[in-house]
Amino acid sequence: MKWVRLAAILFLVVVSVACLSADFVAPAPYARQFREVPDAAPSSQHLLGTDDLGRDRFSRLLYGTRVSLLLAPAAALLSSLLAAVIGGAAGFAGGWLETSVMAATDLFLSLPWLFLLITVRAFLPLNVSPIASVAITFALLGCLGWAAAARVICADARTLCGSDVIVLARACGIGGFRLLWRHVVPNLKPILYAQFWISIPVFILTEANLGILGLGVAEPLPSWGGMLRELESFSSFSAQPWLFVPLILLMVTVSCFHLALQNEEVWA
Amino acid sequence: MKKGLPLFVFLLSVTLSVVTAKAQSGSQLRFCLGAAPKTLNPLLVDDEASDTVRYLTGGVLMRLNRMTQQLEPELATSWKVSRNGDSISFTLRQNVRFSDGTPFSAEDVAYTMQRLMDPALHSPTGDAFRSSEGKIVTQAGGKDQITIVFPAPVVGLDKLFDQVAIMSAKSPQKEMAVLGPYYVAENKAGSYLLLNRNPNYWKHDAGGRQLPYIDSVRLDIQQNRDIEMLRLARGEIDFINTLSAENYDKLEAQAPKMAFDAGVGLDSEQIWFNQVPSSPLPAYKKAWFASTNFRRAISESINREDLARVVFRGHARPAVSWVSPANKFWFNTKLQPHPFDQKSALKLLSQEGFQMRNGALQDRDGHAVEFSVITNAGNKVRERMAAMIQQDLAGIGIRLNVVTLDFPSLIERITRSFNYEACLLGFVNDDLDPNGQMNAWLSSAENHAWNPNQKAPATAWEAQIDALMRTQASTSDAKKRKQAIDKVQEIVWQQEPFIYLVNKDAMSGVSTALRNVHPVVLRPQVYWNVEQLSIGAEGSRGR
Repeated sequence: MKWVRLAAILFLVVVSVACLSADFVAPAPYARQFREVPDAAPSSQHLLGTDDLGRDRFSRLLYGTRVSLLLAPAAALLSSLLAAVIGGAAGFAGGWLETSVMAATDLFLSLPWLFLLITVRAFLPLNVSPIASVAITFALLGCLGWAAAARVICADARTLCGSDVIVLARACGIGGFRLLWRHVVPNLKPILYAQFWISIPVFILTEANLGILGLGVAEPLPSWGGMLRELESFSSFSAQPWLFVPLILLMVTVSCFHLALQNEEVWA
Repeated sequence: MKKGLPLFVFLLSVTLSVVTAKAQSGSQLRFCLGAAPKTLNPLLVDDEASDTVRYLTGGVLMRLNRMTQQLEPELATSWKVSRNGDSISFTLRQNVRFSDGTPFSAEDVAYTMQRLMDPALHSPTGDAFRSSEGKIVTQAGGKDQITIVFPAPVVGLDKLFDQVAIMSAKSPQKEMAVLGPYYVAENKAGSYLLLNRNPNYWKHDAGGRQLPYIDSVRLDIQQNRDIEMLRLARGEIDFINTLSAENYDKLEAQAPKMAFDAGVGLDSEQIWFNQVPSSPLPAYKKAWFASTNFRRAISESINREDLARVVFRGHARPAVSWVSPANKFWFNTKLQPHPFDQKSALKLLSQEGFQMRNGALQDRDGHAVEFSVITNAGNKVRERMAAMIQQDLAGIGIRLNVVTLDFPSLIERITRSFNYEACLLGFVNDDLDPNGQMNAWLSSAENHAWNPNQKAPATAWEAQIDALMRTQASTSDAKKRKQAIDKVQEIVWQQEPFIYLVNKDAMSGVSTALRNVHPVVLRPQVYWNVEQLSIGAEGSRGR
């Protein structure tokens, strides 16, 4: 299966390079409206046709991929760090702190995420640029997405604290922050990496869901979520099969993340 | 041969009648409602689905012909409004019975009006008749004469009776006994309603045959517009009353004979700026939004033709005024849409001290001109419009941030917190008489969107609109009213508190099997002449 993992990583690299060099690769600015040719079919000028406002769909896909692929890992990093601090501290300290933190985590997990995001977003300032708006959206996702990972890390930290390695370290007189920093955190690294990789596709899909509700990335900035909204009208599928390209790219990318992750888990 | 000819004609006509009657026997009209009706009581109707049921089942004294936009007699054969517009006298049709056989008389009209105006009932239909405090008086002069006296003049009094379905004072079935073409036979909550032909319906066609032609109407509750389209294509329903531009184009491509565009409708899309003095906006932005030249410059920078062509695929017209051109009597024909002219817009802005610096517009104090427009999330059409306006305004150096909000948050901002800068929304208009929009135009009104609930008019032009709206509301002289409304339209055109963008076309999809269909711009577009509709033999009606 090594070649499958390699292919997945290669695909992710190609996609990343393509979207990072969108300024040079894209045939048109993502916001430019070719109003004379809205909803155009693919052509040599517009490789994936144009959207309903006449914007070049290929350019928007490149920039949208950049937005989703840059900010989803950033949000995943934020949520993984929060999960590490909260879950790690709870598992390491144990006792009432662990009980209280886990109760709070359960409460957080039981909250309806989507409605919470919609509500929080409604309270944000209105006059923000599309780039700031997308950064806020992903920051929110990162801040709200730590709970599930925190449970896993807490359980792992608790198990680790009872392991022979830690018992031996304690017996040698190592305790407090030194024990945490030198012995617990290094042993939690693999599970933290795994949580980070798992979170990336989750955040991509959450942004896509918000986009479908019209609450994702603000106009005119493209994102995968915003582009998937074109699939809302399922009667146009057969007539415009190229509308599936963003969906296929999303599915393949998420699958590639999982394939790359499989080996990380084995490694972990 | 000469003797045999009349006999032959007679036999032929009898045969044709029998064949036609047989073809119609068991016929059913089917269409979808977007939601279940909230009520079957015609006096409490406040939603589109309930209004549909009321239209199909309710018998009214007079009906607004949706095609000619003129009132026509129904249960009243004639009527007369008093000079000052505070009373109306009806002569009623005789030998009419409710669907359960109860006879119809002036007593039923009196009963309906008393119930309608009962403050405890909170009837939305009754609200239109309330011009001042006090009770109404009904004076019956025999079984077929009745006069209704209101405590104060009511503007456009006669047209309001188009919405008043007469109820029986005596029937044990109460509001379920009806005088319209159909009665509610079955109501499966959340699934469908079945309406059967009223056996006592008074109307007959020119040949003396009792109407309606179709035996029953099935109303399926269906929220998903795409599924509704598929059902029309499969022949499972007979029509879709209102189509989006996108669905209209799809239908036209698949089955051109099924797609109807009746022309520009009454609904409009517009943008407005927050002019509430107490809003939490910076003072310099309040000054921008209060400036007529600023609003006009924004208006002239928006390419309405492109909005109509790209977003509505050509099924909309650049809007001119708060009265749509579809409103034949009240529209001010002297007015034209604001032209797309960014040079003129920059000239207007320079008069206010705005200047272009490095491709960005700045006010006289150096603030970059940037504002946000809010609209409701999930509405693709408005999001597209906002994106196009964003690009248009970038052409004069203005940065527009588009913010989509869930509807409750949007309403909270525009009606309570006033924490917004500009808003893009549409108004759905059913009422031809502009007096119905008093609650939007009076400066003291709650729905005076840009600056509601003013204690005194904030500007001279708002004071002028207040005076003109009160003038038109205080007279029943149609000419004087028209002059006042024309003037209000001119003021709104000049001041642009609402920047009207487009008026959408009224589009419908109708099965080729349905006959006598003449879609119009007024609701209900397709079935306004429901008793005249019939289902032909040809066309697919798969089940």
